[in-house]
Amino acid sequence: MKLFNIRGGVHPEDRKHLAADQAIEDLPLAPLLHVPLQQHIGNAATPAVRRGQQVAKGELLGTGQGPISAPVHAPTSGRIMGIGSFPAHHVSGLSVRTITLQPDGKDRWLEGIEGVPDPFTLDPDEIAARVAAAGIVGMGGATFPSAVKLNLRKKYRLHTLVINGAECEPYLTCDDRLMREHTAQVLDGARIMAHALGMTQIIIAIENNKPQAQAAMTQAAADHAAVRVAGLPMRYPMGSEKHLVQTLTGRETPARGLTADIGVVVHNPATAFAVHQALRLGWPLIARLVTVSGGAITRPRNLRVPLGTPVQHLIDYCGGFRVEPTRLISGGPMMGNPLPGTRVPIVKGSNGVLALTAEEVNAQAAAPCIRCASCVAACPCGLLPLQMAAHARAGDLDGTVRLGLMDCIGCGSCSYVCPAHIPLVQFFNYAKGEMAARGRAKQKQAETKRLIEQRTARIEAIQQAKREAMAARKRETAGKPPAQTPADRRAEA
Amino acid sequence: MYSDTPIAGPYAHERTSVSRIMVLVVLALVPATLFSLWQFGWPAIFLFLITVGTCLIAEAACLRAAEKPLRPSLLDGSALLTGWLLAMSLPPWAPWWIGVLGGLIAIVVAKQVFGGIGQNLFNPAMVARVALLISFPAELTRYVAPAPLFSPQAPGFGEGLAITFGLDGPDMVTGATLLGQVRTDLGQGHPLPDILPGIYQPWSDAVGTLAGSMGETSALLLLLGGLFLLSQRVITWHIPVATIVTLALAATLMNLYDPAHYPDALYHLVGGATLLAAFFIATDPVTSPISPRGQLIFGAGLGVLIYSIRTWAAYPEGVAFAILLMNTCTPLIDHYVRPRVYGRDRKGAPIEYADDADTEVTR
Repeated sequence: MKLFNIRGGVHPEDRKHLAADQAIEDLPLAPLLHVPLQQHIGNAATPAVRRGQQVAKGELLGTGQGPISAPVHAPTSGRIMGIGSFPAHHVSGLSVRTITLQPDGKDRWLEGIEGVPDPFTLDPDEIAARVAAAGIVGMGGATFPSAVKLNLRKKYRLHTLVINGAECEPYLTCDDRLMREHTAQVLDGARIMAHALGMTQIIIAIENNKPQAQAAMTQAAADHAAVRVAGLPMRYPMGSEKHLVQTLTGRETPARGLTADIGVVVHNPATAFAVHQALRLGWPLIARLVTVSGGAITRPRNLRVPLGTPVQHLIDYCGGFRVEPTRLISGGPMMGNPLPGTRVPIVKGSNGVLALTAEEVNAQAAAPCIRCASCVAACPCGLLPLQMAAHARAGDLDGTVRLGLMDCIGCGSCSYVCPAHIPLVQFFNYAKGEMAARGRAKQKQAETKRLIEQRTARIEAIQQAKREAMAARKRETAGKPPAQTPADRRAEA
Repeated sequence: MYSDTPIAGPYAHERTSVSRIMVLVVLALVPATLFSLWQFGWPAIFLFLITVGTCLIAEAACLRAAEKPLRPSLLDGSALLTGWLLAMSLPPWAPWWIGVLGGLIAIVVAKQVFGGIGQNLFNPAMVARVALLISFPAELTRYVAPAPLFSPQAPGFGEGLAITFGLDGPDMVTGATLLGQVRTDLGQGHPLPDILPGIYQPWSDAVGTLAGSMGETSALLLLLGGLFLLSQRVITWHIPVATIVTLALAATLMNLYDPAHYPDALYHLVGGATLLAAFFIATDPVTSPISPRGQLIFGAGLGVLIYSIRTWAAYPEGVAFAILLMNTCTPLIDHYVRPRVYGRDRKGAPIEYADDADTEVTR
C-alpha cells in the first residue's frame, strides 16, 4: 500500500523489548477497587448504587450524563463500600467522586448479560447505543466516548476506518500484545465499527517494529477484502491521529477540523476489542490491558487489569521496583503524565504504568537556546517551537497563538531533541492553560453581561407595567372602572 | 521516592547537549587546524593559543561580572569555538595583541554585551575579524608563505616566540593571499591568463600550501570537516549548499561573460575562506535563520555577497563582511519565512479540499 511522508518527528529509543515478549496475564483482584465516576472526556457519571449494596460483575455503577459522557460498571462482584472522593488518576492528585467496591471473590456476572449473535444485522444507531451503554471510550488515552464518534456518519461523508495500531510511544506494548493474542476479536470489533459508521474499507495500521502483530492481522484480514494492513515506518508521533491519516491518505486534516472532514475515522485496537466484547458478549468495559514497564520495574508485564485497581497492586504483581524510579508515569514517556502516587486507580485511558530511572529520563538543567532549530526540524506540525516558547516565556500569549500554539498537538518531539534541554512542552502547556482560562473568563464575562441585561430588561418591564397601572388608575380616578394590570396579575399568581 | 514535580513531558530525551554540538564542530575543525598549524609553524601555534585563551578568560570574566554561573557556560564550548574560528581567520604570523584584542572584541563586544550565548545578533568571530581588519589593515593583510614546522626555512621555537611577541625576529617573507594578489594584478590592468599561471594551482590551493589565514588554506580538509558535521546532523545541508551553489553560479556566469577578468567557479571555491564560511561560520545556529527555506535564502544571499565583494568592492576577500550583512537579515528572514503549518495553507487558513468525491484511499 502506498504511504505518504509526514514532516518532522523523532526516533526515540523504543525500549519495547522490555515487555513485548510478555504474554497478557490476568491481574488478580485487589482487595479494594476504586472506580472513578469520571474516566472520560465529558460529564461525570452519576452514582446508580448505594453504599452497602451488593453488585454483580458488569452491573451499572454510574449513569452517563448528557450527550458526551459514559457510564461506569462494576469490574467484579462485591459490596459498595462507599461513594466519596479519592485521588484521581491525574497529575494534579486532586480527588474526584469515586465508588469504592470490595470484591467478594466470586466474580459473579450480572444475570441477563448477553450479546448479539450477528451485530451486522443491527441498525447503526443500535450499535452506537450498545457501545454507549457499555461505557466504551477511546482507549488509546484520549478517552473520548466512542459512541459519539460512531455517530459521526450523520454529519460527515465517511469512507475509511483506520485502526491505529501504531503504538509509537516507547515502552508500551499492550496494543501489540492485544493484536497478537486477540487478533480475531480486534478485527471483528473493527468490522462492527465500520458497519456502524457505514464505511467501505478498514485499514489496520501497525508500525514496523511489531512484525508479529502485522503478520497476525494480515492473516486474519485475508478473508475480508475490505480490510488491509498497513506497515508504518517507525517514527514518533506516527500514532497521532492526524499524522497517521496523512501517512495513509496523503491528506492533511484541515486545521481545527476532524479526520472525519476528509472521510476517515480513527479508533484504537483496544477500543475495537471492547466493541467486540460489548456487541458479541454484551460485556461492558470493566477491564483493560496495561503495560507495566520501565527500567525500575523488576518484571515488566502486560496485564489485564480490572478498572479501579490501585497502581500499587500492579507494581507489586510485577515484583516491585528494582531500583528507586525517578519518575512514575501514566502512559508513554513522550506524552504521558506523572502519577501523583501509587494509590490512584487504573482507569479506562491508562495504557501504561512506567517506572523510569534517572538514566532513562535523562533530565538536565535547561541551558539558553542556541537557535539550533532542531525543534523546527522535529515538529510534525510545521511550527517554530523555539519562537513560541520565547513568546510564552515573555508572557506574550497573543504572539504565541499567532505562531500557531493552537495547532500544537503537544507531542513533545521538540523537547525531546532540544540540546539545551529546554522544557518547550511545559511552556506550551502553560500558554494553552492560560488561553483556556482566558476563554473561561471571557465566557463568564459574557454570561454575566447577558444576565445583567436580562435583569435590566425585566426591571424595565416591571416599571413599565407599573407606570401603565398608574396611568390606568389615574384614568380610573377620572371616572372609569378599574382594569387589571399585568403587574397585578403576577402578584396574584 | 520518585519525583512528582509536575513538569511536562517528555520523560525521555535524546542523548544530546549544547556542548556535544560544540565539541563536534571543534572535532570537525581539528584536521584543517592541525594541518594549518603545521604549515605555519610556531608563530601560528602561539597565536592560536593566545586567541583561544583570551576568549575563554574573557568569557569567564564576563560571566562573573554578570553574576552568572561559570561552569555551564564555559564548559558548553561556545567560547572555545569562537576563539578557534577567530584564530583561523587571522594571518598566522600576526602579533600577539591582535589575538588578544580580537578575542576581547569577539567575546565581550559581540557576544556577552548582547546577553551571552544564543543572544548575539552577529557571529562573534566575524565581528572581531572585521573590527581588526578595519582598525589594523597592515597587520591583518601581512601574510606569509607556508613554511612547514621543522623544515629548514621554518622559524624555531625561539624565533616563533620573537615573531609573535614582536621582539627581534627573523625577517618575514611576506606574501599576499591568492585573492589579494589576483585583485592587485587585475587592478593594474593585467588579464587573468597572465596572472593566474604563476600563482594559482587549484590542487595546491585545495590541499592548502598557499599563503593565507589558517582557515583559508586547506579547502579539502575543511570540506571533510563539513561533511562530518552533515553526517552527524550538527548542521543541515541548506546553508552550505546554497552558499556554494550561488557563489559557483555567479562565478561561472561572469567567467563565461569575460574569462579575462573573472575567474572561474573553482577558483572561488578553493581560494579564500569560502568553505570555512559555508560549513562552519554561516551555519552558526545563533545567527542564521531557523527554517529550511530561510536557510536557503540566507546561503544564497551569502554567496551573492561574497562574490560581489570579492569582485567589485575594495577588499579582496569578502566572507566576513558578507556573513555580518546576512546576519542582519536573519531576524527579517525568520519573520517572513516560516514553514507551512499542518492543516493550513501558506496564508494560515485551514486547508479546504475542492471535492470530497475522490478521498478514497488509493490501493
